[in-house]
Order: sequence, then structure tokens, then C-alpha cells
Amino acid sequence: MGSLQTIQFIVNGKSEKRELFPMARLLDVLREELKLTGTKEGCGEGECGACTVLIDGQIVNSCLVPVAQVEGTTITTIEGIAHENDLHAVQQAFIEHGGAQCGICTPGMVLAAINLLERSPNPNENEIRTGLAGNLCRCTGYMKIFESILKACQLNR
Amino acid sequence: MPDHPFGKSIPRKEGRKKVTGEALYVDDLSFNGMIHGVTVRSPVARGKIKNILFEGDLPWDEFTIVTAKDIPGGNFVALILNDQPYLAAEMVNHPEEPVVLLAHESKYLLEEARRNVCIEIDELPAVYSLEDSLARQTVIWGEDNIFKKFLVDKGNVDDVWSNAHLIVEGEYRTGAQEQLYIENNGAIAIANKKDGVTVWGSMQCPYYIHKALVKLFDLTEDRIRVIQTETGGGFGGKEEYPSMIAGHAALLAWKSGKPVKMVYDRAEDMVATTKRHPSRTRHKTAVSADGKLLAMEIEFIIDGGAYCTLSPVVLSRGTIHAAGPYYCPNVRIKSQAVATNVPPQGAFRGFGAPQSIFALERHLDKVARQLGLTAEEFRRRNFIHEGETTATSQEIRERVDMEGLLNKALELTDYHAKTRRFAAERAGRVRRGIGFASFMHGAGFTGSGEVYLQSVVGAEATADGRVQLLAASTEIGQGTNTIFSQIASEALGIDFDLIEVLQPDTSKVPNSGPTVASRTAMVVGKLVESAVRGLKQTLIGSGLLADNYSSSDFRKACGEYIARFGSLKTSATYQPPPNVHWDDEKYQGDAYGAYAWAVYVAQVAFDEMTYEAHVEDFVALQEVGRVINPVLAAGQIEGGVAQAIGFTLFENVVWKDGRMINNQMTNYIIPTPADIPPIRVYFQENPYAYGPGGAKGIGELPMDGAAPAILNALENATGLSFNEVPLLPEKMMEGTLAQS
Repeated sequence: MGSLQTIQFIVNGKSEKRELFPMARLLDVLREELKLTGTKEGCGEGECGACTVLIDGQIVNSCLVPVAQVEGTTITTIEGIAHENDLHAVQQAFIEHGGAQCGICTPGMVLAAINLLERSPNPNENEIRTGLAGNLCRCTGYMKIFESILKACQLNR
Repeated sequence: MPDHPFGKSIPRKEGRKKVTGEALYVDDLSFNGMIHGVTVRSPVARGKIKNILFEGDLPWDEFTIVTAKDIPGGNFVALILNDQPYLAAEMVNHPEEPVVLLAHESKYLLEEARRNVCIEIDELPAVYSLEDSLARQTVIWGEDNIFKKFLVDKGNVDDVWSNAHLIVEGEYRTGAQEQLYIENNGAIAIANKKDGVTVWGSMQCPYYIHKALVKLFDLTEDRIRVIQTETGGGFGGKEEYPSMIAGHAALLAWKSGKPVKMVYDRAEDMVATTKRHPSRTRHKTAVSADGKLLAMEIEFIIDGGAYCTLSPVVLSRGTIHAAGPYYCPNVRIKSQAVATNVPPQGAFRGFGAPQSIFALERHLDKVARQLGLTAEEFRRRNFIHEGETTATSQEIRERVDMEGLLNKALELTDYHAKTRRFAAERAGRVRRGIGFASFMHGAGFTGSGEVYLQSVVGAEATADGRVQLLAASTEIGQGTNTIFSQIASEALGIDFDLIEVLQPDTSKVPNSGPTVASRTAMVVGKLVESAVRGLKQTLIGSGLLADNYSSSDFRKACGEYIARFGSLKTSATYQPPPNVHWDDEKYQGDAYGAYAWAVYVAQVAFDEMTYEAHVEDFVALQEVGRVINPVLAAGQIEGGVAQAIGFTLFENVVWKDGRMINNQMTNYIIPTPADIPPIRVYFQENPYAYGPGGAKGIGELPMDGAAPAILNALENATGLSFNEVPLLPEKMMEGTLAQS
């Protein structure tokens, strides 16, 4: 793992300065050091997207990111999406339209959807499919997730 | 909230904490002084354990080490036959069988340690396939490699063959399938002589684990406590397996005196835990000149893996569903679950039925073709009707309209026009086809199962007039919390938000049975309805509540009742519907209280250059009694169909010497958002008299129909007959070259 290094970054608006092994997975740092357990581990090899977070607005699988790489960046996890009691339109739509079932892929799926809508505010179904292609869900068959995102666009308008 | 929540798409009760990341799954929990546990597994399929060596430059005295010798009670996972050890003592019977458990505070050191435990084994000959098991050249289990056999015999098929207009035979196969819940198996245990054993975990069936731990530790029932944490998908994969990992965590906790967390990574979960039973089905069918079924002889074999686990029950459901929703006067079904030296296969949504229904619905298309009838016309002539009997001689007493479902499904897909158009366009690289499957799925435990289970649900009112539902039925994504609340709110006529579903915890909730077998809505939901009606009757009987009341009247009455009498609790115990009879010996009678009926239609495009099959459109039409929550119900169907599309076209378990070698999501492919066609879901409602508000079971049904519908569509597209799933492009290429 190498020796400890001081690493600084911002998570959900809060500055963090920690002594960390540079090759520690960002996923483990978020979950174990910062107790942000909303980010989930599904496969540990960048296939399922359950560990999705945003680094400087870019969507990444945090299981594949050594923490040394986030020095000086701004990270958003699922815990940073709702403001107090105000859910993001995507979160609200997932609740109302059946976008979440067991919920384990949901944090990653919500972040992927938000990232997609930032890049493309009114996606068609094909763009949604492509935008979410890195996030796997075993419960929903995706139909209700697509519908939730389309409904979130309407809420945004 | 609407006055009548039943039948409305009320948002999922725990939705908010799931979309915000606040929901706590087992790996999100932590306890003071908690250490981590791992399993050291057999490197070979079968052999005698000679020695266990702890090698390498590691501080072994810092580790908690558990072997079979450390087990305080019985070294078996209590289930049906109790043949599976928690830790192999003398023999190993499958690759990855647990042999040693290790615990340490450092996860990194644990991984090092796991690699440095050497299990020396004298290898013995092993059996890796259903055929080799049936051949019995090597006997690896019992006297004959057979876990269970069934014989269903209705009429006499032997009298029919000589006079039949046509006899059609066929053989069909299905592969293993990984449940692939996105949350891996995991458990945390605290266990010591003073406090007994407490386990938190990801699970479907808290009382299965409770029963297993009682035996493992030889403790009384009150000293074992099992608590379900938020569960990230199950699909059967967390029906029986969690008894294993919970037991392992508890053994390490017992020996170390510390809380122990055990969470598998994906590779371990895939290589070591249960999968769908591979199957082989052979059909011999006699038909008359006018296209009526005269006799069906079916041989159904499933590969159970190294230990019995739930194979007898999986076999039972597969056997009973093997003859489908058709009337045939003579049916003989012989079935067997056999042993092989692969990790035990287990529960997976559909539970044997997807295997035998795949065979039947492929076979009936073949029979129709040989008869010169269309697939639909042949089925129309043989669909079962009210008053007719199934293969187990169960008289169908509810209204069933398979023909109506078929008509509607074909209309929704523009089937006839498409059949003509695709036939006319059959040139060029991409060939299109359309096909369907018609089927049923029995809800609840088979035969006398529900009577033996004697499930109980409790309800308790609080002084501020909230109603808590007490059941061991788990929310695993399918919507238990929400539909139970809808049923209770409807039955009581009070606000949906006044209903709370308690977290399943065996120290607090009664045993409402396992969360399996499409039984939660229909069977347990009915008990919820009965239990809360008891609350209402008690309040009305006490004179504190009038017959016509509002939510606030109800709340006030609860407060007054509790002030006067201390508490307000009721419970309901399972009562079978009237006139249900089942003969376990002859396997004849009322196999299920109710069936869901369905017709699924698939449209596929087959690329003759790449041999890829792509599902372009999918219609799932079903009759499931009354629908409790349309969005949740459609979500069940869509998710099940997506898993079934994976089962058909993507998900291939690659075996080598009894071990899954593609145990990663990189090379075991499940459908992604880009792979799934529009899944169009339709319900026809026909209230079932003995379900809550008329509801029947739904959860497993959608797993049954997609595979045969897709392969029927592929045959329509290509003229080629494929009779095995998964059907990957390489298999299609081989088949195309062989058949052309």
C-alpha cells in the first residue's frame, strides 16, 4: 500500500484533509474513513456502477480510483444530492415512478442520471440508455428507471 | 393519501432512504471492536482432507481460526436433509467448499492469510454433469446420486401411444444462472455464551437462519436472534444461502468474542454460492388428428450440485409446472434431482418452473408444426378451462381464460400482421421473427406446504393510533413494506401513513414463513388483512369505536383502549382455503391454491452475419388476481422479464472441473440498460377469493415465459430450431452451420 500521504479534497462541499494510503480505493475511503456508506460496492471491477460518484463533475467508478488521484478535486456522493429535505428531481422521480426497488444500485443510478441530465437536459430514450449503460440494475429491468428520468426532466422544466 | 390505497400506485414506503443513500445494508453497519471474517475453501471438487497447513510469514496467533472441530453443536446447515456441513471435516464434495474460517481486524492481512492456508487433499473421482451423475459410474451421494424423485401419473399414457395420430419427441436443456443481486451476501454476528447469538444480514428468510443457528450452536430458540438489514436483491439467492454465511460469522464471533463482519466480494459470491439448477427435459407427446393432446410423457432432470439444499422442492415445482396450462387426460411426469460435485444449486426466482416450462413451450411449437397447425391454434385446442384438471388432477375452480389472454397478447403485438410481414421480408442480413409462450405459475408453497408452515402475522396498535405489522416477510426490493401497508390501510380504512412495517427481527416478529414462492402478497398479505381486522373488531367490540369511523376516530380509540387495557395486539394464523386436498404420496391433488396465468410475446431480430439475437419488443400479459400496486407490480414483471432475457441470451456459467470460471461481472454478462427492449406489461384482473383484496402471487411468474417465447421467435425468424439456453451467438453459429 506504500506509506501514508496527506491527501486533500472536497466531498459534498466539505474540505477533507486525511492521512491515507495513496493506493487505497476511493470507495473504501468514502465508506470507511468518511462514513459515507451511500456509495455501494457491487463488483469491485468497474462493471456495475454501484460505486458511482462524481469527481469534478465527471462520472467515475470509485472502486477503480486510487485516492491519490483525487488530490485537489471536488467529489459529490449520493449524500450530497438532496439539500436538507429537498430531494433532487431525479430522486423524487425515482420514488414516484418505481425507479428504485432493492435500492442497492440506486445511489449510483441517481448520480448517473443527474450527470446525464447535466450533459443533456432533455435526453431521448436512446440517450438515456447510453447514459446509464455503466450502471447495472438486477431488479427493475430498467423500464421504470428510464421513465423516472423522463419524468424528472418534466419536473425540471 | 387516497381513501382506498388498494390498487393504487403508492410510492414505495422506504423509497426516500433508498434514493438518498440513507438505507443501511449489512456492509454499511459497524460495531465497536468489530473484526472481519473470511472463508478458506476447497481447491478441488472431491477428496479427503489430509492436512491443513498455516504457512507464510504471518502472525497466525493474531488470527481467530475456526475449523469443523470448533463447532459447538451440529455441523450441518439445517434445511431439508441436513447433509451439508458448515465446514468440511473429512471430505470435500465440491470446489470452494468451506473448510476453515479466519478472522482479524485487518482486511488486508486477512487476504494474505487466506492465500497462505494450504488444505492438503487426496483427490477422489468427481462427477460434473447431470449425465455422469445419472450414469452412476461414480457414486458421490447416497446410494444412487439421487436427492429426490417424483412420479406424477394421471390416466395411463401407455394406452395411448399405439392409437395416436402423431407422436412427437424432443429434448430441451437449460443452464445454470447466477442470481446476481447487486449486493453480495453478507452477515455480522455477535455471539457468546452469555448473550447467545445475534446475526444481522442480507436475507430473505430470517427464520431459516434462526433454525439453522439453533442446531449449529445447540442453543435454545430464545438465545438466537436474527435481524434482516436492508437487502440489496435476493431472487432466491438469499433464501437458503444466508444460513451458511450467518453461521460462519457467528462461529468466528463465538470463538473470538468480538463482533465479526463477513461480506463476500463479487468473485467469491459468484464462485461459491447457489445458482439456478441446470436441467434436461425430454418430452414424448401423443396428439389426435384434430390437434388434441392425448398423452404427455415428460422426464425432467435437474442437477442439484453436491448437497441436497432445496433441490427436492425446486424439483417439485418444476415437475408440477412441466405440463403447463393445458388439459391432457393422460400425463406421466418422472423427475429426479441428482448430485454432482459442483457447489450446491439453490433457489432462483421461478424455482424449477422456468426450466420445465421452457421445455414444454418449445416442444408444443414443434408438435404444432408437425401437426400442420399454427402455434396459437394448437394451444387454443388444448388450453385448460374451469372444471378441467391439471397434470396433478387438480380441478381448476376459478375462472381461467387462457384463450382470452392469448387473443389479447397477439393483438397487443400485432402478431398476425407481423408474422406475415416478417415472412415476406425474409431476405438479407437481419431476419425478424415473433413467438410466444403461454404458461401459469402456482402461488404459495406446493401442496401441503402452507399448512405445515402455519404462518403467523401480528398487528399491534400504538397509543397514538399507529398500526405496526409484525411479520418475518422481508422487503428485498419487491415491495413488501408498501403492499402490506396498503392491505392494512385498506382493511382498516385508515391513512396509509399510519401503518408501519417492523424490521424483521426474530426476537420481535412471529414466523410468517420464508419470503419465497410468490407467497408474500397472496398468503402473508391475507394474514396481514386478517390480523388488522382483528384490531378493528376488538375496538368496535369494546365500544370505543363506532362502525363508521375516520382515521382520527381510530387513533383516538386506540389511545383509549391502550389506556384502559394496556395493549392492543392481534395475530392471524394461516388457514387453508376450503376444499384443498393434496396427496404427497401420489403427487396428486391441489398443488397450489391459485395460479397466475400468462401469455408472453417476443419479437426478435437475428443478425446472420454476427449470429446475434436481439429482442426488439416484448409484451407480458398476465392475470394475477387483483393488482395491489400497479407500479410495483409492473416493476416485478419488467425485472423478471429482464432476468429471463439474460437467462436466454446472455448469462452463461462456464464450468471447469466443477468450478465456475467466469465468476466476474466482466465475463458473466447480465443485461445492461442498452440491452433490454421495451417491456410492455399488461394485467387482466380476476379477483381471487382467498387473496387479500383478491390478489394472487406475482414474483416468479415473469421468469417463466421469456426463454421459450424468444426461442420460438428465433425459430420463426430463421427456420432453425434451438432447444437449449443460454443461447449465445457462438452456439447459434454452430447450430446454424449444423442445421443448414
